[in-house]
Amino acid sequence: MRYLAALAACICVLVVLRFSMKIATKEEHEGKIVVTYWEKWTGFEGDAMRDAVKAFNESQDRIYCELLTISQIDQKLLLATSGGNPPDIAGLWSFNLNVFADNGSIIPLDDYCKKAGITREDYIPCYYDMCVHRGKVWALPSTPASLALHWNKKMFREAGLDPERPPKTMSELWEYAQKLTIKSDDGGFKQIGYMPAEPGWYNWGWGCWFGGRLWDGVDKLTANSPENVEAFEWVKSYADEYGKDNLVTFRSGFGSFNSPQNAFMAGKVAMVLQGVWMHNFIKNIAPDMEWGAAPFPYPDGHPELANTTLVEEDLLAIPRHAKHPDEAFEVIKFLNSQRGMELLCQGQRKHSPLAEMSERFLRDHENPAIEVFIDLAKSPNAFKSPPLGILLEYRQEMQVAFDQVWLGLKTPQEALDRVQNRMQPKFERTKMRLEMRRERELFAEPGGAR
Amino acid sequence: MTRGERRNQISGLLFISPWLIGLGVFLIYPIVCSFCLGFTEYSVLRPPMYVGAENYAELMGDEVFWKALKNTLFYAAFALPLGTITAVALALLLNAKVRGQTVYRTVFFLPSLVPMVALAVLWLWLFNGDYGLVNYIIKSVLGLVGLQSLRPPAWLGDPNWSKPAMIVMAMWGTGHAVVIYLAGLQGVPQHLYEAAEIDGANVFQRIRHITLPMISPVIRFNVIMGIIGVFNLFAVPYVLSADGAPNRSIYFYVMYLYDNAFRHMRMGYASAMAWILFLIIFALTAFTVLMSKRYVHYGE
Repeated sequence: MRYLAALAACICVLVVLRFSMKIATKEEHEGKIVVTYWEKWTGFEGDAMRDAVKAFNESQDRIYCELLTISQIDQKLLLATSGGNPPDIAGLWSFNLNVFADNGSIIPLDDYCKKAGITREDYIPCYYDMCVHRGKVWALPSTPASLALHWNKKMFREAGLDPERPPKTMSELWEYAQKLTIKSDDGGFKQIGYMPAEPGWYNWGWGCWFGGRLWDGVDKLTANSPENVEAFEWVKSYADEYGKDNLVTFRSGFGSFNSPQNAFMAGKVAMVLQGVWMHNFIKNIAPDMEWGAAPFPYPDGHPELANTTLVEEDLLAIPRHAKHPDEAFEVIKFLNSQRGMELLCQGQRKHSPLAEMSERFLRDHENPAIEVFIDLAKSPNAFKSPPLGILLEYRQEMQVAFDQVWLGLKTPQEALDRVQNRMQPKFERTKMRLEMRRERELFAEPGGAR
Repeated sequence: MTRGERRNQISGLLFISPWLIGLGVFLIYPIVCSFCLGFTEYSVLRPPMYVGAENYAELMGDEVFWKALKNTLFYAAFALPLGTITAVALALLLNAKVRGQTVYRTVFFLPSLVPMVALAVLWLWLFNGDYGLVNYIIKSVLGLVGLQSLRPPAWLGDPNWSKPAMIVMAMWGTGHAVVIYLAGLQGVPQHLYEAAEIDGANVFQRIRHITLPMISPVIRFNVIMGIIGVFNLFAVPYVLSADGAPNRSIYFYVMYLYDNAFRHMRMGYASAMAWILFLIIFALTAFTVLMSKRYVHYGE
């Protein structure tokens, strides 16, 4: 008995010691205030951020920023925030912003920005707008991305096409795709010019290339708007042309994205819609590949829809109950200065979200097509995911609708009507409950409404 | 109670206290919590908000819930009987006294030691429509019988064939059940077989009238564990496709539960789903126990 009690006491003492030591090391580093920063990146992307943080730490002697690599950052931040022990800075995805903001787990940065003189004019507009929700700034950018059509020049040459001239309109895309498609002896395919299902990451957003949106901005989802239906008709035209069974078999031969079996890098598909990061993968996996990037084609007769792209962004936010918000913003401010940002984006081989880019940055950039991506981001047709709490679920449903159309199980209208009928009530319920909660909180803590 | 007895009782409780605390903190508390959360809207970021039975009402009209449940029931209806038959048959074969018996037993048990994720990735390649070993074999067989023109299915790429593929995959893990059946077979008294043999019973009659009744408690145990297992199917399909693609054909109950809890941040809704799942498993288990009373024999 006595031994047991002694053992328990020892364990308690050790645990307390362990924790107090941990806190002690966290609070101070060589007499500086420590700012903890959680970020999702690994590999060269992580190294780039590490270099930028190092530059910050060397730039002054008051604050030490400690960068920790955290997988599934949104879920872990969720738990850390609700447990009251979040990091000082969190590297979020842009689609997390509205959810975290609406739930009061990150703090608005308007006052900080005002003091630091950071305004919308400092950024490419779409990238700044992604940080704003319900009229407040909740984060600042770390690295951005836009999407463009990538094409394989060697395959163009072999098909008798001009390797320097990518398709400009949807009908040209179709025509090129026909010329680039080669059938195999058993009725399947050796290569395909273009198919909307590859890489399959943006299947929820095809409507935007046809002028459609997922939400009217107020109270209605627009999954089955005529533009979205038109986009899915366009998807269907490819599925019909190639045949469902052939496509399923052909696609099952594609390896994972980051591998030499990647459909585009293996020369199985001649054109794909991909982001600014694609260049890194080509460089590592297929360094000899000749490729180009250009704006994705627009629907015939709609030149106003040219230069449509989807923009995504990684964000830096300060969680509620962070221990050193002021110091955290100093780090964010440095990373959003031209020097910090270009160090980071050069290292990650993306473009900068800032309006001003140094000549050196553009000249030395490893991605030969970087200006295409910058121009696309600046285009008025650069669209972002709608800031909806149900966004992930909504995207998942759009993906299912895409599958149904692609596999010929439903017509575009039917598939999108289903999404609309399923998601609209969910959207309304979420909205209603959010308002209900606001009211209750107003009653519960007068003057304490978040 | 004397002083000594009380002391003994206290030490006894202390000795099992790690288990008691573990059970309370990690099992009973979460169970009670999830029951309460089932009646709330809870995003984890904010305190839960009471919404009455709305979650349950919403579930009843949720097509994806029904689709996931239907997929799970379909899978259960095939994987469970097939798995049981395969496992019993394998156990009977492996019980035969042949040379290298232990080697065979090991070989059949080995696959169940493969981690779930590795298993999923392995089968992803076996079932590949273009290069997969499964289709290679089917193509060769079709070629032999002169049906080259028929094309084998794309399995996991085709919504009609993805569930059957999952069921075939499930057979891979029968090793555990086989081991338990083998143990059960050791307990069948030899004299019963001898008596039957003298009466002129052939192999099948002996299996039908002696072996199966004698191992019926083991079968019942395995079936109940199987019911729990098939309804909790998650890791393998989640690795194959987190969205249950194509067309949600391999989107199972627990995947939807997980998505609601951790992707859509609807912990309350997910808790309600968990309780419905509990009721389904509970009902099926109770049904199995009641039905099996007639068929399960315990000793002489």
